[in-house]
Amino acid sequence: MLGYGNPGRRDDGLGPALAARVEALRLAGVTVESDYQLAIEHAQLAAEHDIVVFADAATDVPGRAPFYLRPVAPSPDASCSSHRLSPPAVLQLAADCFGARPAAWLVGIRANDTVSFAEGLTADAERNLAAALAALAHSIDDWRRTAGRPGRS
Amino acid sequence: MIEPPVQPSLPPTGSAPRRRTVVIDPVTRVEGHGKVTILLDEHNEVAEARLHIVEFRGFERFVLGRPYWEMPVIVQRLCGICPVSHHLAAAKAMDRIVGGEQLTPTAEKIRRLMHYGQIFQSHALHFFHLASPDLLFGTDGTATSAFGAPAPQRNVLAVAAKFPELARQGVMMRKFGQEVIEATAGKRIHGTGAVPGGVNKDLSLAERDALLTSVPPMIEWARRAVQIARDFTIGHLVELLPFGSFDSSHLSLVRPGDGALDLYDGVLRAVDKDGRRLLDDVDGQLYLDVLAEEVRPWSYMKFPFLKALGPEKGWYRVGPLARLNTCAFVPTPEAEAARREFLALTHGRPNNVTMCYHWARMIELLHAIEVIRNLLDDPDLQGDDLVVRGPRREEAVGVVEAPRGTLIHHYRVNRTDEVTLCNLIVATTHNNEPMNRAVAKVARDHLAGRAEISEGLLNHIEVAIRAYDPCLSCATHALGRMALRVELYDCAGRLCATAERA
Repeated sequence: MLGYGNPGRRDDGLGPALAARVEALRLAGVTVESDYQLAIEHAQLAAEHDIVVFADAATDVPGRAPFYLRPVAPSPDASCSSHRLSPPAVLQLAADCFGARPAAWLVGIRANDTVSFAEGLTADAERNLAAALAALAHSIDDWRRTAGRPGRS
Repeated sequence: MIEPPVQPSLPPTGSAPRRRTVVIDPVTRVEGHGKVTILLDEHNEVAEARLHIVEFRGFERFVLGRPYWEMPVIVQRLCGICPVSHHLAAAKAMDRIVGGEQLTPTAEKIRRLMHYGQIFQSHALHFFHLASPDLLFGTDGTATSAFGAPAPQRNVLAVAAKFPELARQGVMMRKFGQEVIEATAGKRIHGTGAVPGGVNKDLSLAERDALLTSVPPMIEWARRAVQIARDFTIGHLVELLPFGSFDSSHLSLVRPGDGALDLYDGVLRAVDKDGRRLLDDVDGQLYLDVLAEEVRPWSYMKFPFLKALGPEKGWYRVGPLARLNTCAFVPTPEAEAARREFLALTHGRPNNVTMCYHWARMIELLHAIEVIRNLLDDPDLQGDDLVVRGPRREEAVGVVEAPRGTLIHHYRVNRTDEVTLCNLIVATTHNNEPMNRAVAKVARDHLAGRAEISEGLLNHIEVAIRAYDPCLSCATHALGRMALRVELYDCAGRLCATAERA
């Protein structure tokens, strides 16, 4: 699991916050990393795992849902023109450089305030985080039980 | 953060311009957010070309009133790319505040290891991720330079698809540098290893041994990177020599006494285009005696200059190219051999070729891994004498050579430990005038006289800026999306057309 974002910009830290909550669960077979943004070295990290879960703050969550959990596939998208990569670009690098195609998911957690210079989540973001954590824990259980790799191409 | 996609804007209608401005906003494959405007007259000749920094940093104000010991941790929030440089520059200033500038051998070597790990990862990231797409692919048949490849090829994923082993090496070098930083600073980004007067941890034998196992391939890959940069430069000399190039002065730290390249500590040396000394090994504490900054109303980034020469003639370049021009030698054997070959290109005189920044950067990459290898063999890294204190001071300056050039942190601290003054001159700020000149030179050489300006030609402007590896988020505070936006204005300032790529 790779949570990314800036905890110094309030809800932009939702990704690292989810990573910290998952790490606290001490789930067997689950490794957790946090960073400010996705970069090229995360391709090597992704390549070392069977399933990769990216977690980030999101402002594109449909309706009033607290989060979404979507499969992600490798893709050479526009983020490859910048120093911060998207999850599809990280997966594309993992495929091209390391020959690895892990199953991958993106958890996008609804954020309210990603602009303020402050630590700590807003109350709404805390609730969204709790919902995302509960759902992700179930998904991890399911993946482990079925030993399947959902979304694997 | 995940955001909804932005739709490209449609070009509005308008009358044909007699005079127009071309805007690149933001510049891509650089760190941070800037834009370029080029004003063309009615004959499509370049009337004016500027690199604008459009975001405001404000860190000098944020930190006022905070306790001094927070500075090494707070100021590195300036940047997610080279926070170690800010961490160490602030720590070096705070060393003097607490009277602990004479570090213990363990503390100095841990910091040096951290710093050269930072140099290694930053140079690798820039060359393989940001710059290599310009250098590795040929032209599209319509461009007039070596780096006019079609836009879809100009990214790291295209490099990975065509040169997977090279891209893999770039990823692994970046990762190794980050591991060195994590082992010495505690975290890959925004660590806490340097404290006023020293460091808060040594390097365990397990950490050392883990790093040592990766050193041999890193050295081999760094050698290969030097070869790639050298071969590209030599192979395209006719195009590269004039590309964004101009004579300039150069400034960096060098080691006191022998003038060796030293990226962690030293004295300020500046040379002119012919190698004559302009600053003769000045103590960094006295930087205000020799440097000044000019403010121009159209940019949040200042324009530093040598006081003795004034703003018109006193500007200079910093970074890898400048450092190889100012130093007397590189104190590691393979990088020194590479430097000699590099300077042979200009018959031993300073190299003023802008695109030679890439070659110089890779020589420093090789130097960094040589230094890391030597340091890892030093038992002082496992010492337990980590912090020193001495007579307290109220004012101090910390200077390091960041990956992009000379970084100056200046603080005053009152008797109740609060910071009362902070002045930061970051590497990209030193390079402000040279980058503007590079933009103007490329615009005149490649864009002038053309009725239509293609996206590939606009990339020429970005290629010249990228040579400096500017960190615009350091130079100012950065917010924004990395995209390219072009706007055309007529001579009355009316917007005639826009184009945007996400």
